[in-house]
Amino acid sequence: MNWWQRLSRRRQMEEELDNEVQFHVEQHAADLMAHGIDPENARRQARLVIGGPEQVKESCRDARGTRWLEELLQDSRYAAHVLRQNPGFPAVSVLTLALGIGATTTIFSAANPILFEPLPYPHADRIATVSYKSADGSRGPQAFGTWRELAARSRLFDAFAVFKPWQPTLAGPFEPERLNGYRVTSAYFHVLGVAPALGHDFNPADDRRGGPNVVILSDAVWQRRFHGDYAIVGRQITLDDNLYTVAGIMPATFQNVSAPSTGIWSLLQYDASLPANGPEWGQHLGMVARLRQGIAMEQGKRELDEIARRPVSEFSRPSWCSMNHGLIVNPLRDDVTRGVKPALLALLGAVILVLAIASVNVANLVLARGAQRHSEFAMRTALGAGRTRLLRQLLVESLLLAVMGGSLGMALTGIGVRALVALSPPDMPRLDAIQVNMPVFIFGFGVTVLIGLAVGLTPALHASQGDLHVGLEQSSRRSTGGQQLTRRALVVTEVALALLLLVGAGLLLRSLERLFAVAPGFNPSHVLAMQVQVSSAHRFPDGPAIHRFYAQALDAVTRVPGVERAAFTSQLPLNADPVEVYGGHFENDNNPSDNSAAFRSAVTPGYFELMGIPLIRGRLFAAGDMEPGAVRPVLINQSFARRKFRGQDPIGRRVRFGGPDNRPWDVIVGVVGDVNQMSLAAGQADTVYVTTAQWLWADNLLWLVVRSHGDAAALAPAVRKAVWSVDKDQPIVHVATMESLVTASAEQRRFALTLFEAFALAALLLAGIGIFGILSGSVTERIREIGVRSALGASRGDILGLVIREGMTLTGLGAALGLGGAVFATRVLVSLLFGVPRLDPITYLGVAALLGGVSAVACLIPAWRAIRVDPAMALRAE
Amino acid sequence: MMKSDLPQGTLDLLILKIVALGPVHGYAIAQRLQQVSRDVVQVPQGSLYPALHRLENRGLLGADWNKTESGRDAKVYNLTRKGRAQLEKETASWERLTTAVGLILRLTEEGAK
Repeated sequence: MNWWQRLSRRRQMEEELDNEVQFHVEQHAADLMAHGIDPENARRQARLVIGGPEQVKESCRDARGTRWLEELLQDSRYAAHVLRQNPGFPAVSVLTLALGIGATTTIFSAANPILFEPLPYPHADRIATVSYKSADGSRGPQAFGTWRELAARSRLFDAFAVFKPWQPTLAGPFEPERLNGYRVTSAYFHVLGVAPALGHDFNPADDRRGGPNVVILSDAVWQRRFHGDYAIVGRQITLDDNLYTVAGIMPATFQNVSAPSTGIWSLLQYDASLPANGPEWGQHLGMVARLRQGIAMEQGKRELDEIARRPVSEFSRPSWCSMNHGLIVNPLRDDVTRGVKPALLALLGAVILVLAIASVNVANLVLARGAQRHSEFAMRTALGAGRTRLLRQLLVESLLLAVMGGSLGMALTGIGVRALVALSPPDMPRLDAIQVNMPVFIFGFGVTVLIGLAVGLTPALHASQGDLHVGLEQSSRRSTGGQQLTRRALVVTEVALALLLLVGAGLLLRSLERLFAVAPGFNPSHVLAMQVQVSSAHRFPDGPAIHRFYAQALDAVTRVPGVERAAFTSQLPLNADPVEVYGGHFENDNNPSDNSAAFRSAVTPGYFELMGIPLIRGRLFAAGDMEPGAVRPVLINQSFARRKFRGQDPIGRRVRFGGPDNRPWDVIVGVVGDVNQMSLAAGQADTVYVTTAQWLWADNLLWLVVRSHGDAAALAPAVRKAVWSVDKDQPIVHVATMESLVTASAEQRRFALTLFEAFALAALLLAGIGIFGILSGSVTERIREIGVRSALGASRGDILGLVIREGMTLTGLGAALGLGGAVFATRVLVSLLFGVPRLDPITYLGVAALLGGVSAVACLIPAWRAIRVDPAMALRAE
Repeated sequence: MMKSDLPQGTLDLLILKIVALGPVHGYAIAQRLQQVSRDVVQVPQGSLYPALHRLENRGLLGADWNKTESGRDAKVYNLTRKGRAQLEKETASWERLTTAVGLILRLTEEGAK
């Protein structure tokens, strides 16, 4: 008989067992009667010898081997029955666990693709990003010239590619649409290791100045704009008034991880002769490279450093691209996830803490119930249930709770993931990869089982540890001292974990406060910003035409009612757009090795007044500075001037910024206040300001900034219309108020903070409930003691003190442990903090006080009950 | 009269031996055990049936339901081929063990003298 037959023919087997034992007893009795013993005695004796038919049968069932499975079913049925009988307890437990498991699985689903999964490229570990390393070790963008040299000299890398964002407007039968795209060098897709699904990859021969206009489309754009028409490949489409031939379509599975919304790629087509007055030596490009097979990232890094250190005459470098400090080589994955990794790791830690607290709370509930069920267990022991059987029963019960909580939790994960995606900061990488998939399910299931075992094991070990017979003799209410100890330990743990979370949330909150207190260097209120592009090469063939358009547009905007001032700038503060960095030469520089790379900001006169950027020395730009002149006036920012001129007057000093080395000198005419160019936290950056008309070339993409009398956002439609009144085909995008950009600059911290606060709040609540639970239980158990005490003359104050002391001792112990733990655990938060030390005493004291307050409230209710105990009633009840 | 406990693991061997003599039901096995061991070996009756069921599950014993002379249904055990092989193996190992133990015991006594 195999185990399945044994299992399925259970009823028959039970009958047979019954018959067999019955037969034995009868035969034995018959034999005894034959020896002259009276029938009644004979039967009794026979039964005694066999040792109790029920126990024999139990042992026989054990011998069957399928016992565990039968009992598991039995236990599950029983567990379900027990839980149904008392629905309050399982409902609270399941809900607690569901929230804990749901939150944890949600965060895991976000963290998994970023922290653990490889990028969706073949041999993604061989793809590196190569950044320029500046004197202070910070990373910077690359110049086209540097790419040329690295691509030519490197032997360990298969291919290098540089790219810059490109936002062409696609004309067509429908509304024109501004697409997010990249201009890349031809090996871009080769570096990523993905070829177009339709058509062909870029031809290296086309990547030259004046080369043919070709594009590759993403599957999404192809579907949306061309309805997946195969015939589009090889045909021409209109972008920014120019015709481009569609070379290929990328596969649907392809993701441009560094900028997920990218839907179109064209060739960079920079001038290979590297003219000094073109963008070829401007550091504004991203660079990726693919290692040859079998070459480690470290080797590749060493090779590039070697190349950086040894210039060759074949490849000359301008001073700001000297690579004196080497290059920064990172796996692409690190680069993509660098921004969010610390936040996600911290969140994962935080949510696991919440889950732990939730589990502890449920364990506590199970334990409290275990105390009430003492007599039930004692009864079952007396009826022949073994210790393992009881243990298993408890485990099955807690597993059932966990599985119910887990199932509900997984359902919540579906909602949570959607909420998370909606809540996440805009620069969150791999957002599309965040979903409830197999690894997430496996994770959720694993967590569920783990919790079931952990929650079940603590009370289970307890219930079966003590002598269960004692339970029968005692009143079921009184629990053993050991159990009390365990429950207290659980509450202390809970308080400690909650405090850990509260410290984290407190530190993040204080960081955000500090961040918003940072003066960005300009006055963001009542300022509206939008990007205006000159997109038609036919209508605006040269610099003067472009300048004319911008001048007319400015004129039209200034006339809009409600507009106080308007100006253009190439670089908007607090904007994460790629920035252009150029090296500056100072005449008679006392430190020529410092290549003084700085942001280039081309502005129209009136920009500083509009933005409220203060003039420190000299003068600002005037209308006359927009005319081509022999000497270009430039402005620099305050800290740049201080560093470079060390107390000397920078006004009138000559500088050459960008362009060929034999270009005439520019003259510094003024020093303006520092501005946070990149983000609030990044600090001030060295910036050189020049007027838009006098820069080396005419920018065809500028930020229009408008100061309004009233609500800045409300002006947007009128301003847009004013620009379009000059030329209705020029795209206007990224309309935002400066105030919203200031807020957005702190977005990632806010994202982490929002979740952290939610988790901390949940932890605080759970810890409060935990303290309340243990004290309520304790008061119930000690009702006789309390009765005796008050009968012996203890005052209400004494009783109150008794209960509150117990609760506060537990809280204090937990808080001390939690504070100690926080000293170590906050290490993971360091990169998320701003202006607040990791061990900020105010935060630590503040959250300890908060937790103390909550636990005091949790103590009060049981304490109130304790002082209302009527001694006579309490004693009589015993 | 002093009764010794059955050494661990020998109950299975004894049951197999008794069933090897011919198909027999549980009560008869108990009786036979007691007779054969002349009341020296106390078979805890409670462990007889679990042992029988264990052996049956391991495929060492087979079982049929037969009518006894008194007309009652009784579960009658018989030895399977696998059971016989097991019996031979265990008998051999038992004999080896007792011989070895006996040898050691004698050795110890002589060594002490």
